[in-house]
Amino acid sequence: MILDIEKLTFSYDKKNYQFNEISFGIGKGEIFSILGRNGTGKSTLIKCILNVLVPDAGRISLAGRNVRDWKRQEMASVAAYVPQAKNIVFPFTVFDYVLMGRTPHIPSFSIPKESDVGVTEDCLKKLGISHLSDKPVSEISGGEHQMAAIARAVAQGPSLIIMDEPTSHLDMGNQQKVLRMTEKLAADGIAVLMTTHFPDHGFIVSDRVAIMEDGNLIAAGAPEEVITGENLRTAYGIDISVSYVPEAGRKVCIPVK
Amino acid sequence: MNEESSLNQYEALLKNVHGRFYRILLSFREREVLVRSLIYLSVPAILMFSMFVGRYQMDPAETLRITFLGLYDLIFAFLHWTGHAILPSVFTADFIPHSYEMRGGTVLFNIRFPRIVGAALVGAALSVAGASFQGLFKNPLVSPDILGVSSGAGFGAALAILFIGNSLAIQASAFIFGIAAVAATCLIGRIYKGSGTLVLVLAGIITGAFFSALLSLLKYMADPYDTLPAIIFWLMGSLGSISTGDLMLVAPAIATGSAVIYMLRWRINVMSLGEDEALSLGVDTKKTTIIMITCATLITASAVCISGIIGWIGLVIPHLGRMLTGPDFRTLIPVSAFLGASYLMLIDDLARTLTTTEIPIGVLTALIGAPFFAYLLSKKTVGWV
Repeated sequence: MILDIEKLTFSYDKKNYQFNEISFGIGKGEIFSILGRNGTGKSTLIKCILNVLVPDAGRISLAGRNVRDWKRQEMASVAAYVPQAKNIVFPFTVFDYVLMGRTPHIPSFSIPKESDVGVTEDCLKKLGISHLSDKPVSEISGGEHQMAAIARAVAQGPSLIIMDEPTSHLDMGNQQKVLRMTEKLAADGIAVLMTTHFPDHGFIVSDRVAIMEDGNLIAAGAPEEVITGENLRTAYGIDISVSYVPEAGRKVCIPVK
Repeated sequence: MNEESSLNQYEALLKNVHGRFYRILLSFREREVLVRSLIYLSVPAILMFSMFVGRYQMDPAETLRITFLGLYDLIFAFLHWTGHAILPSVFTADFIPHSYEMRGGTVLFNIRFPRIVGAALVGAALSVAGASFQGLFKNPLVSPDILGVSSGAGFGAALAILFIGNSLAIQASAFIFGIAAVAATCLIGRIYKGSGTLVLVLAGIITGAFFSALLSLLKYMADPYDTLPAIIFWLMGSLGSISTGDLMLVAPAIATGSAVIYMLRWRINVMSLGEDEALSLGVDTKKTTIIMITCATLITASAVCISGIIGWIGLVIPHLGRMLTGPDFRTLIPVSAFLGASYLMLIDDLARTLTTTEIPIGVLTALIGAPFFAYLLSKKTVGWV
């Protein structure tokens, strides 16, 4: 287990619980997706795992050690975070942006070395964005930006990458590109935890899926078992048909009128 | 034209070898290095040029001669001072400087030189502080006084002008109240835990307003024929009264603060992505924020206490730096320092020579800086704004 969460409880005000005693674990090279409606606490959960927010109770173990006990710089070379797409104030080049992923390996009062530049070049190549290297991040498309953000996470050299809605704001083509990339990362042994608003993505890439609703995980396990019409109705409050489409070779989720 | 055609040949060659992408990459990299070297070289060039400029007309050749003799004296004096321990007796013989006896030597070394170095120091300090605050607050429109340091210093100076009057007290008071204002801002910011730098900006506005009000009160109380003009002149900024002693007092603080910020330049890049991302990249954001605010405040307060309030530099220079060499703080911090030094030396040359009476430097920086900035924004030759 690279990430192990036991009975995690969190509230902003000690009264209204964002989530209550939730538990799950992610193994090496596993893709774990979390579904759930807006505001159920998916992003809060991510912030707890990243040790930005402190949970009320429970324990989060990263590579066997409580995240509260990790030194931040050490932890950043084990767990990486791909934030939701957003504007970056200063238009760094894509290269420099990805190079920032090397920060956990650079002492506070120092700057990147040749070896960091080498790793960055490899990451750009791996994500297929070497040609963007000198472009300002403000001038690339949403899909390219997401690839740069993932490249930055890979540059950290992590065992776990946490992605907060990596496919939101992307067109269908770019969504698939990002999903393919997560598969590729998992094949390299990197565990991926992602939140998503598309149940279909659970079928496309995930090894396991969990649905978060009203502060609990109402289901967790293999996509086939978790992504059912009944569970999706509980999660989103609408009727959703989950049926097999031969042309796609998988099940798809379609809202029913 | 000639240069352009040889460049075209070069480009055609590269096209065959590396292809389009590498050509752009290469020319971009080269131009950036060239621009950066020019910026660094501008400081000694403008420093030399500024030595010739001023009310007291001096022959350039004579100025050069005096300057070099002065430098020689300085080195010799230093050797003499340290020589007792490490050098043979030749160097420890009685030392008589000869540059001071030359005509113009006094003007050059006691008045002009401290003033020029002061201009460079203050310009560099304000620009470095501005650049680092822009990174910390993730906003290119931030200037060094965002946390209230100028308002505090202004009040402190006015207080000393009213009640004590000597220049050392004015400097000390300006420095102390500048720091105190930022400390107050940080305390107010801490009341709202966990909301990061936005609350600090708000707290800075609060402190700034408070000290501005206190300053107005002091102005109202001041003697309109004596202390009031003194306060107003201080607030408009001047480099005219900077002495070698002043420089000795503030230079170590400015150098130390700038050095720490320079060392943190990679961390500032990461901080400018926002707090959550910086945390996830392993940066101790709280500690880094404290170090950056402390250093930027130290250098701003040190600069303001010898020069008075000089606006615009801390905002415009980092912008100019970004337009010329890009947003990477690894280069932006040193580029801002050198650009700021050159810019303020030039502005001060103008302040000394444009009219028979000196123009307050804070007025000139805005009068020239504002249209210049508007021109830069409209030109937008580089993609960074």
